[in-house]
Amino acid sequence: MNGFIQWANETMFLWKALIIIVIFAITLGIAAYSTWAERKVAGYIQDRPGPNRAGWGGLLQPLADAGKMFFKEDFIPAQADKWLFILGPCLSMLTALMSSAVVPFGDAFIIGGKAVTVQAIEINIGILYVFGVVSLGVYGVMIGGWASNNKFSLLGAIRAASQNISYELAMGMSIIAILMMTGSLSLRTIVEQQHGFNWNIFYQPLGCLIFIVCAFAECNRTPFDLPECETELVGGYHTEYSSMKLGFYLFAEYINMFASSAVTACLFFGGYNYPGMDWVQAQLVGAFGQTVGQNIATFIGIGSMFTKILFGIFFFMWVRWTVPRFRYDQLMNLGWKGLIPLAVGNMIITAVAMLSGYKLAGIWIGLAVLILIISIFWALRPRKEAAVLGA
Amino acid sequence: MEYLKNILSLPPIYYTFAILSVLTLFGALGTVMSRNPVHSVIYMIVTFFSLSAHYILLNAQFLAAVNIIVYAGAIMVLFLFVIMFLNMKQEAEEMKKEKIIYTAVITAVILGGILIIFLRRAEREPVNPLTYNSQSGMIEVLGRSLYGEYLLPFELISILLLVAMAGAVMLGKREAGERHF
Amino acid sequence: MLSDFGIVLLALIFAAVALMLVFGISWLLRPKKPTIEKLTTYESGEDPIGNANIRFNIRFYVVALIFILFDVELVFLFPWATVFGNKEFIEQTNGQWGWFTLVEMVIFIVVLALGLAYVWAKGHLEWVKPEIKASKFKGKVPMSMYENVNKKYEEL
Repeated sequence: MNGFIQWANETMFLWKALIIIVIFAITLGIAAYSTWAERKVAGYIQDRPGPNRAGWGGLLQPLADAGKMFFKEDFIPAQADKWLFILGPCLSMLTALMSSAVVPFGDAFIIGGKAVTVQAIEINIGILYVFGVVSLGVYGVMIGGWASNNKFSLLGAIRAASQNISYELAMGMSIIAILMMTGSLSLRTIVEQQHGFNWNIFYQPLGCLIFIVCAFAECNRTPFDLPECETELVGGYHTEYSSMKLGFYLFAEYINMFASSAVTACLFFGGYNYPGMDWVQAQLVGAFGQTVGQNIATFIGIGSMFTKILFGIFFFMWVRWTVPRFRYDQLMNLGWKGLIPLAVGNMIITAVAMLSGYKLAGIWIGLAVLILIISIFWALRPRKEAAVLGA
Repeated sequence: MEYLKNILSLPPIYYTFAILSVLTLFGALGTVMSRNPVHSVIYMIVTFFSLSAHYILLNAQFLAAVNIIVYAGAIMVLFLFVIMFLNMKQEAEEMKKEKIIYTAVITAVILGGILIIFLRRAEREPVNPLTYNSQSGMIEVLGRSLYGEYLLPFELISILLLVAMAGAVMLGKREAGERHF
Repeated sequence: MLSDFGIVLLALIFAAVALMLVFGISWLLRPKKPTIEKLTTYESGEDPIGNANIRFNIRFYVVALIFILFDVELVFLFPWATVFGNKEFIEQTNGQWGWFTLVEMVIFIVVLALGLAYVWAKGHLEWVKPEIKASKFKGKVPMSMYENVNKKYEEL
């Protein structure tokens, strides 16, 4: 027992437990309000008000939805595999929640002379952890779709699995370009290296683009929402689901959106760093003293992180209501023939630029050359006779 | 009683090891014994997870992550595909044949016996705390030896993967004009 | 070091407990009145035919196989990326370390890119495309009328 107390003190066990609970609560809260924001954004983009009955501006809508999910009857089809049918949505939700736990949301708070970092899971293979959790995310959909014993569900599940694995490769390669510059797998170190306004997006514009496209595909969001494509597959992999299990699937999508926005912010947009942060911190420490000033500065950092995350979520919604869905062959072509070769090219450009000694200039010159080569090939590509519609 | 006291005074890492081992064996037995092939896949994922936890206990973090990414994340997806292909929702009939079961049990017993005998006879080098490098399982050390010392095996892996890719292409070969959907 | 992974376990337990809590509450609240009709498989309102043991395109399987191979490649890239730009190693070898590892990795990637090119050339990355055919339908309304209408609105 004494060993346990000592261990708990050393690792700040209770603080960590508290931080995990707070981060899960914030994740769930933001995911819940994303469902409201999605309908509001959709409404404004399509020139209509969106939800506006439940509470002021429809703000109680997520609670009403949750209530509905709780009180709906939940049936398991007679043909379904019962345990796997239940396991599917749970796995989806579990992987979604676990991916948000590793994100560093802010610098350290000083509490009682100890620095408590605003990050639940601090491991020095953070990126690999994210990558592993993402690669497991496909099971929830696949098992649920198979267990339903429904043709639509099965097709949706197979599509989801195939799409997720295809885009995982390009995603991994764009992460590797970042790792080459930072030389560390720890998310916190990667964020710390982007101190101030030294964000990775300036070094990795192509990598960022590839990563974001892959994040859309991994979250099964439009334009990559073929697994649940309602015009072809009814409800896709969750056709047979109802009540809370359906709620889990829908909610997991929003949590994934939150988590992937957070990871994108950490990798490319500086995480909790913002321009002029040193100056702000010096002013605060001067005005309030070391501890309080540091804590307020951390709060501002967390604010900057959440601004980036919320903008990321808004970007997901913006794209959803702007870009139409891909066809399956277009999706696979984009993944295998577009993003993977581009990601490999980006990696090699980054490597050569780093070794040449002129990192920033080298990368931009390399990208310009790459664009030039691609456009020459594009101009010279063999053309097929296009069929004329309606003639 | 003395024995029990010894067990209670073990450091927590032994308990972790014991629990993980039980979990691993549970997953492995479930894989073999469950009738439904998809259930087997899920038990196997449990096994891979607990094996990864064992790697972490051995301070090999990179190996643990890779085990999850490649085995649990990629290979098991392929297994699921295969199971969905093979139409195995009905119980496979030949699994009930007693002959196969007896053969399997005898083979397993012999194999297990050989393993145990050799492991007991193997010379184990005890860990020397003075020369032990706690960083040896870390990714930087691994990268350095992989791209410095073990250069040739590393490059040969790419050839191996290329051959495997050609094999995959041959498996998926179709006759002209045939169309699946 | 180990306790960091203990926190992973803790987070997993918390997440699982939260899920079970939500499931438990919804299990207590919701009605349970199953009927045969409710429990049938949904097939757009028709009686379901057979079960979902359908055959699907073998391409999905081939893509998964190729994915595994590239995933293994990716796993080898991770340690490379961490040691590639290591200043200590570069100084120890007078700047040769970086170029040496780069050449190594380029050979590795080129061999695998050959594989991708082979798969690509064999057509395993081609998916069934909808064929766009010119319609043979000829309406009674002549095309010139449509063009007139279009022109009229363009002028507006």
